[in-house]
Amino acid sequence: MQQTKFLSVDELVTMVPDDCNLAIIKDDSSAPSEAVRALIRRGVKGLHLLTVPTGGYPSDLLIGADCVASVETSGVSLAEFGPAPRFGKAVKSGKIVIRDATCPAVYAALQAGEKGLPFIPLRGVLGSDVAKNRDDWKVIDNPFAKDGDSDPVLLLAAIRPDVALIHAEKADRFGNVWVGREKEMATVAHAAHCTLVTVEEIVDEDLMASTTTAAGTLSNMYVDAIAQAKNGAWPVGLGDLYGRDGAHLQLYAAAARDDDAFEDYLQQFVMTAPVADKIKATA
Amino acid sequence: MTCKTEELLISLIAPHLAECRHICVGVSSPIPGAAAQLARCKSNDRIVVNLLGDFRHNSFTSGGQEIFDMAGQGRIDAFFLGGGQIDGQANINLVGTGTYPQTDVRWSGSFGSAYLYYLVPNVILFREEHSPRVFVPKVDFVSAPGLSPPEHHRVGGPKCLITGKAEFSFDPIAGRFTLVSVHPGYTVDDIVQSTGFDFDMPDDVPQSKEPDAETLALIRGPVAEQIRGLYPVFADKVFA
Repeated sequence: MQQTKFLSVDELVTMVPDDCNLAIIKDDSSAPSEAVRALIRRGVKGLHLLTVPTGGYPSDLLIGADCVASVETSGVSLAEFGPAPRFGKAVKSGKIVIRDATCPAVYAALQAGEKGLPFIPLRGVLGSDVAKNRDDWKVIDNPFAKDGDSDPVLLLAAIRPDVALIHAEKADRFGNVWVGREKEMATVAHAAHCTLVTVEEIVDEDLMASTTTAAGTLSNMYVDAIAQAKNGAWPVGLGDLYGRDGAHLQLYAAAARDDDAFEDYLQQFVMTAPVADKIKATA
Repeated sequence: MTCKTEELLISLIAPHLAECRHICVGVSSPIPGAAAQLARCKSNDRIVVNLLGDFRHNSFTSGGQEIFDMAGQGRIDAFFLGGGQIDGQANINLVGTGTYPQTDVRWSGSFGSAYLYYLVPNVILFREEHSPRVFVPKVDFVSAPGLSPPEHHRVGGPKCLITGKAEFSFDPIAGRFTLVSVHPGYTVDDIVQSTGFDFDMPDDVPQSKEPDAETLALIRGPVAEQIRGLYPVFADKVFA
């Protein structure tokens, strides 16, 4: 079995190759904000970003920093802080290729990926412009329908991301990662070829030692490398551990509307200081 | 009006949920969330309410996929959808205006609408802004259609549309909205002027009913407390 590596965040993101398919999970569940800042610092290029199933601050940041060639998403927004300005601008200008999806399609395609299936059917979606603009999706007639009944069903190709980038509350020193009720972290890790994880803390306790903790754990079988990143989701929240930094997200939402202000934001909050200093800078 | 607009809207949505067993509410939806909690209070907790994004008022334990799996099985009775544009056939657009993909205005995306609209029996369309730029003759992008051809598996769809100015019902056979009531402070003419699509209406359109004292007490009491955790800014503004 592979040995999970323990690295710094900057070392961890060297394992994300340019031009790869990168999956990241929605804000407030498992947003890998600090790892994304490190990716931007390392100058990653040409990413094919998959948001699971939606994107927020880290997606907008990656797109704005010119790291992304295409994005498959069910929606990118800053929630109550408004639309995601860099995403909107990049789609409008044609700078990134957009593949609009719908949340259950992203999950279902990843579930096909984790089962090693080539495709998976999904109800709904037929007749929408979402379906019409996806030439990689197909419609078949349900082969199990009652005799003579026509029952068209959407088929989605399985998704197996090259890399899943996850942020979680904790990992143990054996490389097992606590996901709790946010089981989509496990779904994405199962489907991905490589899973990189940042965590708030690394604990001595073996998460696999009791059934109670093992039930909420992604085992080290799926985890390639871990880095500690305290407040690693900041400025978005992480489960019930900490909430959003509303003042900072407001500051970001305003800065991201303007090219020069966004460039200043990158210099002040991404290219330089570690995360603790950044939190102080907006407190 | 003796109550705030938000309280009126909460009280107008809740009766549509009274027969439900299980209501789910999407993210960034304080008024629908409060309406679902009001329906739950009035049902003596018979109704189950799940607020997405909330860690306390949320029974899902299997990740973001669980709500869609439940909807696929028919285990969710009501959900809320909105749209940057909504047209007279109840098509909704959450993607943008102009020609796709390089739309003039780009919104977030379709989220779960292209699935839940087909599978949740009672979809309540809710959009506070009632203007011709929202309620258009034809949406520029169909995130999810209001109607589907008979061969498409569809057990769900729009039941009604509630806005900051009025309430409409939707007839899936005719594929048209009917004006049900107009909120205090507005006239039928205001609604015609602010709606970009054709709709039906009776000869006499009543005024929307304001919440009674008992309902207002529930909204300002237990309902306010139940949504404060997820929507502190909204709760402070409306229930201060």
